[in-house]
Amino acid sequence: MSHVLAVLEQRDGAIRKVSHEVVTGARRLADALAGGAGVEALVLAAGPVRGADQLGGFGADKVITLTNAAFGLYAPEGYARAIADRVKAGGYGAVVFAASATGKDLAPRVAARLGRPLVQDVTDVSVQSGAVIAIRPVYAGKALLRVRVAGHPAVLSLRPNVFTPVQRPKAGSQETAAVDASRGRVVVTRIKAAPAGSLDVAEAPIIVSGGRGLKEPANFRVLEELAAAFGGRAAVGASRAVVDAGWRPHADQVGQTGKTVSPTLYVAVGISGAIQHLAGMRTSKVIVAINKDKDAPIFKVADYGIVGDLFEVVPKLTEEIRKLHG
Amino acid sequence: MKIAVCIKRVPDSETRVKIAADGKSLDEAGVKFILNPYDEFAVEEGLRLKEKAGTGEVVVIALGPPAAQETIRTALAMGVDRGVLLQTPGLHPDGLETAKALAGELKDAAFDLVLFGKMAIDDYNHQVGPMVAELLDLPCVTTVAHLEIAGGKGTAEREIEGGVEVVEFPLPAVLTTDKGLNEPRYPALKGIMAAKKKPLDIKPTAPGPGALEILSLTLPPERQAGKIVGEGSAAVTELVRLLREEAKVL
Ligand SMILES: Cc1cc2nc3c(=O)[nH]c(=O)nc-3n(C[C@H](O)[C@H](O)[C@H](O)COP(=O)(O)OP(=O)(O)OC[C@H]3O[C@@H](n4cnc5c(N)ncnc54)[C@H](O)[C@@H]3O)c2cc1C
Ligand SMILES: Nc1ncnc2c1ncn2[C@@H]1O[C@H](COP(=O)(O)O)[C@@H](O)[C@H]1O
Repeated sequence: MSHVLAVLEQRDGAIRKVSHEVVTGARRLADALAGGAGVEALVLAAGPVRGADQLGGFGADKVITLTNAAFGLYAPEGYARAIADRVKAGGYGAVVFAASATGKDLAPRVAARLGRPLVQDVTDVSVQSGAVIAIRPVYAGKALLRVRVAGHPAVLSLRPNVFTPVQRPKAGSQETAAVDASRGRVVVTRIKAAPAGSLDVAEAPIIVSGGRGLKEPANFRVLEELAAAFGGRAAVGASRAVVDAGWRPHADQVGQTGKTVSPTLYVAVGISGAIQHLAGMRTSKVIVAINKDKDAPIFKVADYGIVGDLFEVVPKLTEEIRKLHG
Repeated sequence: MKIAVCIKRVPDSETRVKIAADGKSLDEAGVKFILNPYDEFAVEEGLRLKEKAGTGEVVVIALGPPAAQETIRTALAMGVDRGVLLQTPGLHPDGLETAKALAGELKDAAFDLVLFGKMAIDDYNHQVGPMVAELLDLPCVTTVAHLEIAGGKGTAEREIEGGVEVVEFPLPAVLTTDKGLNEPRYPALKGIMAAKKKPLDIKPTAPGPGALEILSLTLPPERQAGKIVGEGSAAVTELVRLLREEAKVL
């Protein structure tokens, strides 16, 4: 029986939400692997982690917290060693990370230590005759690659927002152990935080994106108000045109040269829908477009469109969303 | 400063993807190939660090088909001193096998820095740099958007969700570069002429088969154009109803 190891993330001593998706994906793999495999969720931290006790609710059989004073912030070398050592000792069928900033850094280190291939940014997993099959977007999302991983463990990272967390209550157990780790040569000294409450577009379940149609940087307030109406679940994204113009930070750019996102809801406001923008958001579950030009290409991929002046439509939408959440 | 930069030949980002007859690869007919854009940041940073140090060498290493010589010449034209082509018949999706071949080439030369792009824009693998670092047991920072190097040590900044991590590391080290680190220079005519005479070593290479098997490469399902709910703010109520009742996302 080969268990699945879900590698989770914490920040400031609390489980990050993307970890629920990782447990969900790991659960799916474990159920598909023969012999009733279990899910072990692993989190590295400086001490007890808030939210670890809730992971059973997403299908973790066991939550293991490995603690070390050096593990408060991300410690690339210490984390990689601790995880690889655990995997080598455990005979796992699969090791699953989040394809987050940390996961995409950590997974290759662990995979190389294990001498195993890594499938990054996976959007779908299955098992056929005991082998893990994974699908991942390539060529800026213009094609999908399906690969089979020979041998075990399969090492994967899962694209955020694709594996919708499923409540699958299990009577999960908890275990905490201190591990040895040196400080490592590479040291994260601090995190320069983005303004409080701001959610990263790469992980937000709802994105409200603005383009050149906003006319000037100050007008992004209209979108920030709409995002706020969703009650902390929405981030404000941007097209390259407005990032290049210096209206918005590069971190907010969606598209081929920005971030690839797959939120539940993507609202494109005053964005024409150039192919390079679509490359970054076409895998969103539901796309809404608000544009005054009825022939704008964005309407070709949008599930719902409103043709009109965004300065009139968006405030009204904000009002309606507020009513829902009010 | 002795700096190595690993560079990859990739299809231009404007490429319209057509699937080859084998159903597993890109149809390369008519496709324009370029130096991977993230590797341009790495080449530029290597050149700037060497220029600042006043002495040293910048070497590019590419694993790929014979045509990757052109990619190397592009880097040479930017100002790189010499190039190495680890020549293979083709490229494989298994980043670990690529990393092993590159690490084999890098292991005996004493580089102060080995630079990579954060990812290749064809396979989006996002892994070769840190894998090489592990194989060579070198410190590594990925997706570097800001870098300072002094006195055998470096400080890098990398973007994470909702913030920026500040990371310190000793040299020698492996770094992967992100957009924002610098503005890559364009090769000047003089550089292009000079590049023709710079050394380019070709070494036949046979990466291992790896443990990943490609089953298929397909185009993503076309998104169906949806409905225009209506015009102007009058359509908002209906939009919200559809998002709740039909799409069930609110
Ligand atoms: C190599 C390469 C990479 C690129 N990468 C990216 C990328 O990562 N991301 C990206 O976004 N782009 C990228 N681009 C740029 C892309 O081609 C487009 O230029 C860009 O997306 C256009 O931005 P936009 O939609 O904001 O602006 P525009 O194309 O100017 O569109 C503005 C839209 O706003 C609408 N509008 C104007 N006023 C109003 C109003 N009052 N109410 C409602 N609607 C209004 C207009 O009808 C129009 O459709 C890339 C380009 C290249 C060549
Ligand atoms: N075939 C290759 N030859 C040389 N460098 C490569 C090759 N493949 C990947 N790289 C390097 O590794 C980085 C990350 O690539 P990838 O992990 O494939 O997304 C690239 O930006 C290059 O710097």
